[in-house]
Amino acid sequence: MFCEKSIELIRELHRMSDGQLPAFNEDGLRQVLQEMEALYEQNQTDVNAAKAEGRADLIPSIKLRHCCLLRNQRCITAYLYDRLLRIRALRWEYGSVLPPNVRFHMCAEEVQWFGNYKKSLASFMRSLGGGEGLDITQDMKPPKSLYIEVRCLKDHGEFEIDDGTVILLKKNSQHFLPRWKCEQLIRQGVLEHVMS
Amino acid sequence: MSDALSEDGSDINQDDSREEDVMTPVELIAKLEEAWLNEKFSPELLENKSEVVECVMEQLTHMEANLQRVKKGDAKASIHRMEIDRIRFVLSSYLRSRLQKIEKFFPHVLEKEKSRREGDTSLLSPEEFAFAKEYYTNTESYLKAVALKRMPPNLQTVDMLKAVPEPCLDSFVFLRVKERQENILVEPETDDQREYVVDLDEDSQHLMRYRTIAPFVSSGAVQLI
Repeated sequence: MFCEKSIELIRELHRMSDGQLPAFNEDGLRQVLQEMEALYEQNQTDVNAAKAEGRADLIPSIKLRHCCLLRNQRCITAYLYDRLLRIRALRWEYGSVLPPNVRFHMCAEEVQWFGNYKKSLASFMRSLGGGEGLDITQDMKPPKSLYIEVRCLKDHGEFEIDDGTVILLKKNSQHFLPRWKCEQLIRQGVLEHVMS
Repeated sequence: MSDALSEDGSDINQDDSREEDVMTPVELIAKLEEAWLNEKFSPELLENKSEVVECVMEQLTHMEANLQRVKKGDAKASIHRMEIDRIRFVLSSYLRSRLQKIEKFFPHVLEKEKSRREGDTSLLSPEEFAFAKEYYTNTESYLKAVALKRMPPNLQTVDMLKAVPEPCLDSFVFLRVKERQENILVEPETDDQREYVVDLDEDSQHLMRYRTIAPFVSSGAVQLI
């Protein structure tokens, strides 16, 4: 059956429900593109035959193949676009540096897209408020209290807070820190918010 | 006589402009919150409020600078700190929801910008426009590089306007009326309904389709909640 490979690509993304990024399916993409090429070539020969010999009986199959081509194109762009949206979400979650296991799942062009997106976002945030700049990837949740209790999940080394004090973030140590300083570390999984 | 009149007139004008310019911080924050809620709940991108954004950012820097001067351990300091955090959250959240809509509907947003007539105010701030354009080229060239250029010649372009969904203006929104509106035409939803007219009283709350009240959101007569 035509278009089965492209549906398989979509299904693959669909199965990873919670915005996870599966490995880029280069092989699947190539197979769909090959199928498209074959369909296109067949159509070309049939179109020529239909024109030259006036064979109207070929037209339905040409139409069918063309529909399959359009469907394949649509599925592939949907696959790629959905991946971009997931990659975009990663920028907001992890910050501008992606963890290596995620990067491993991206193809070279996706890495490039991510780099460009990062740059656009950074220059947007820098130019906010007449060139003053504001990091809008911070403050994701409404603030409830100034300081929060956090537990270290892994060794992170020294960490400086606003008033200049340096604290050592050691695994399993617990701290009482200003919320706006830890937000990103919590998202990166270095710290965990301890709910009392 | 005429001189005196014109002087008077110019005075009045000056007063007017001064009144517009001077906004107390309380009013400013109220404006920001209004813009924030509207933007958060409307399905489409609203007009940009870069003036408010700039003023609020100025205010924030000002407050931060004031905080530096306060002694350590002052109870007032932490209350002010909290206030700054709250305002910054609202501001960031406002800008974030705008950016999200721009990303989600980028071809439509840019199309609207293109068809905008000279003199009409733009939906996008200059920064947002730059971002939207970059996002468009970036995404388009990505799709081309990975797949489209390897497809048969007649399938190498995708019409972004058709491929990316449009904002759904028929979605329902909650709203509170700030200024009384009369004779609003509500279009039928299904074939067996007929259109009818409603009056919206001040301070009343409603659940309506966004399309019906979109003009009042942008004029500030209703507030989305």
